[in-house]
Amino acid sequence: MRVVARLHRSRDLCSMQRVLWQACSMLCIALITSCGRAPAADHELTFWTIGREGEAVVKLLPDFERTHPGIHVNVQQLPLTAAHQKLLTAFAGGSTPDIAQLGNTWLPEMVALDALEPLQARVDRSTVVKPDDYFASIWATNMIDGTLYGVPWYVDTRLLFYRRDLLKAAGFDAPPTDWTQWRGMLATLSDPRRHTYGILMPTNEYEQLMSLALQESDPLLRDGGRYGNFESAGFKRALTFYVDTFRLHQAPAITNVEAGNPWSEFGRGVYAFYLSGPWNIGEFRKRLPAEQQGDWATAPLPGPSNAGIGVAGGSSLVIFRTSKQKDAAWQLIEYLSQLQVQQRFYDLLGDMPPRRSSWEGGALRGDPKALAFREQLERARPTPAVPEWERIANEMQLVTAQAIAGELTVDQAIAEMDRRTDRILEKRRWILDHARSPTGTHP
Amino acid sequence: MSSQRAAWLFLTPALVVLGVFFLLPVIAALALSLTDYDLYALANIHNLRFVALQNYWALLQRPLFWSALGHTVYFVAVGVPLSMSTSLGAALLLNSPLARCKPFFRTALFAPVVTTVVAVAVIWRYLFNTKYGMANFALGHAGIQAIDWLGDPRWAMPTIILFAVWKNFGYNMIIFLAGLQAIPADLYEAARIDGASVWRQCRHITLPMLGPTMLMVSILTVSGYFQLFAEPYVMTEGGPLQSTTSVLYLMYDEGFKWWNLGSASAVAFLLFLIMFAVTALMLKLARRGGEA
Repeated sequence: MRVVARLHRSRDLCSMQRVLWQACSMLCIALITSCGRAPAADHELTFWTIGREGEAVVKLLPDFERTHPGIHVNVQQLPLTAAHQKLLTAFAGGSTPDIAQLGNTWLPEMVALDALEPLQARVDRSTVVKPDDYFASIWATNMIDGTLYGVPWYVDTRLLFYRRDLLKAAGFDAPPTDWTQWRGMLATLSDPRRHTYGILMPTNEYEQLMSLALQESDPLLRDGGRYGNFESAGFKRALTFYVDTFRLHQAPAITNVEAGNPWSEFGRGVYAFYLSGPWNIGEFRKRLPAEQQGDWATAPLPGPSNAGIGVAGGSSLVIFRTSKQKDAAWQLIEYLSQLQVQQRFYDLLGDMPPRRSSWEGGALRGDPKALAFREQLERARPTPAVPEWERIANEMQLVTAQAIAGELTVDQAIAEMDRRTDRILEKRRWILDHARSPTGTHP
Repeated sequence: MSSQRAAWLFLTPALVVLGVFFLLPVIAALALSLTDYDLYALANIHNLRFVALQNYWALLQRPLFWSALGHTVYFVAVGVPLSMSTSLGAALLLNSPLARCKPFFRTALFAPVVTTVVAVAVIWRYLFNTKYGMANFALGHAGIQAIDWLGDPRWAMPTIILFAVWKNFGYNMIIFLAGLQAIPADLYEAARIDGASVWRQCRHITLPMLGPTMLMVSILTVSGYFQLFAEPYVMTEGGPLQSTTSVLYLMYDEGFKWWNLGSASAVAFLLFLIMFAVTALMLKLARRGGEA
């Protein structure tokens, strides 16, 4: 910039030449210094994180950069609401990062785009990433048609937070294990006239219904993800249980915006149960007063016949196929998969580690509130691995909201869900039948 | 002949820019709307299928499209008259000989137009917060029960309309002000000599003389308001219960959330047809009104 400004001012040829010489010598110096600096950081890794994980991971990276002097990591934090379209747009524009955090429901989509690097060979050679140590169902969400595309980073499953004291006062010594028991407790603990409800399940979230539905043995999609399977007996039972909870006024039909501050309302006894995920352990510890900390506990999710099956959620670390620094990216994945690093990550954020051995040390060891999660993670079940799943789940939630509002019966709702799902999956059926997919991952 | 060639030469840069940045994308979008371009086609172009008018047909059968159209029409039907009368009222006040500090008020009333919608939305979300908002605070003093402005499906759209009118009226106000200042003063003088009241002066001089300005402003506002997007995007994200999902919002969801660009282009062209029909109708009505 300064050179250009000078060029404007110098009118005569002589000073022009001088300026040119200066410019040349400056360029040379710049080149020499950059050559000298080059080995210091010859790998500039771009790492995209989604949501609050980005804030925590920057605290873990200085150690990584110290032990790997040739690698510098640029973390870009994407907000959750914009992450999905940012990833797709980046793929369309050919500007994907080297490494990214990817929710395991988004993984099939990126695989369908052939955007991700298969990782099995690297895992086989690795001394850090040991597949046997990972929760099996979480590991399975990263396998699409037999190929591994991601390494689990943190895990998540939905289960019950409950008020032990309220249950005890109502004569229940233990949390429910099946739906019949649960229904009985909900009935006892709900009193719409006093504005207390058995449970809070915000109607604009699909995770609660999905967790219930995954407990049934019927799959949510049939024929290899070609058609919806919502009219199965299993899903119908789950939806009936879910919708009845609202119709019997055992849960308020409100969205999470209207729910406002569910933690303090849980503390005040407005809800006896709250169906949610691991991050709320930290929230309840932070938001409820010390004398109430003994009153709440967590329990595996009650099922149709027994408890402890839930959705296998969480995020994985993936390497993009277009990355030119896959080895460096893999070193970062290995670093983030180390036991101590995972335990530090839990301390920073409360994101639960995907490796069983990470649970045997640090703050997680012997934490009674985390125990139910540990148990349920062994038996978590993945959501259908089709790229359209996110959209199908959205439609499922919209139709369910209509059923809760009384606009549809359960039978009408499941028929409508299948109708919408079959329409969304039309293209997938066509691709499968014509076997034209680029990777051949969809035979 | 040579002067004609020179004219074309001078026009070429503008035509090239128009062609590359307007005509070509429009044609491409039209072609896209006849295909099922989606995630799979993005991965491999061989997965692209020509579907003729099926995107349009599927849209017309989707309840969400009709409800989005309903919300958009609601927004236009209430928002445009409200916005135009606010603009006209503000312009009349500013043009009044009694007004003081005109430059200050002109700037102040125009300010919302030039501020960014995202920054303003943050303030408005606070104003209309159910528990802590100033709007409900004022209502509470008047003894009216709190309203869930942005969370209640019945109130979300009126709140969005209020926001959009406040944000946009300054622009039309400036145009109206220019129109008002162009009315010759001797007309008013003659009317005063004839003993016409202020109201009759307004009705028989101001409004008829503003006719052409009014027509232009209404067409601009209608076509602008049909493209409702930024306000619900920053205030409600289309909710609650999809009650503020406009046609353009639906297009955004289809195109960039689910990456169904074929279907999204079809939405865009349907909206274009609707807007074209409405503006043509307005022009026709205005012409007939002019002849009568």
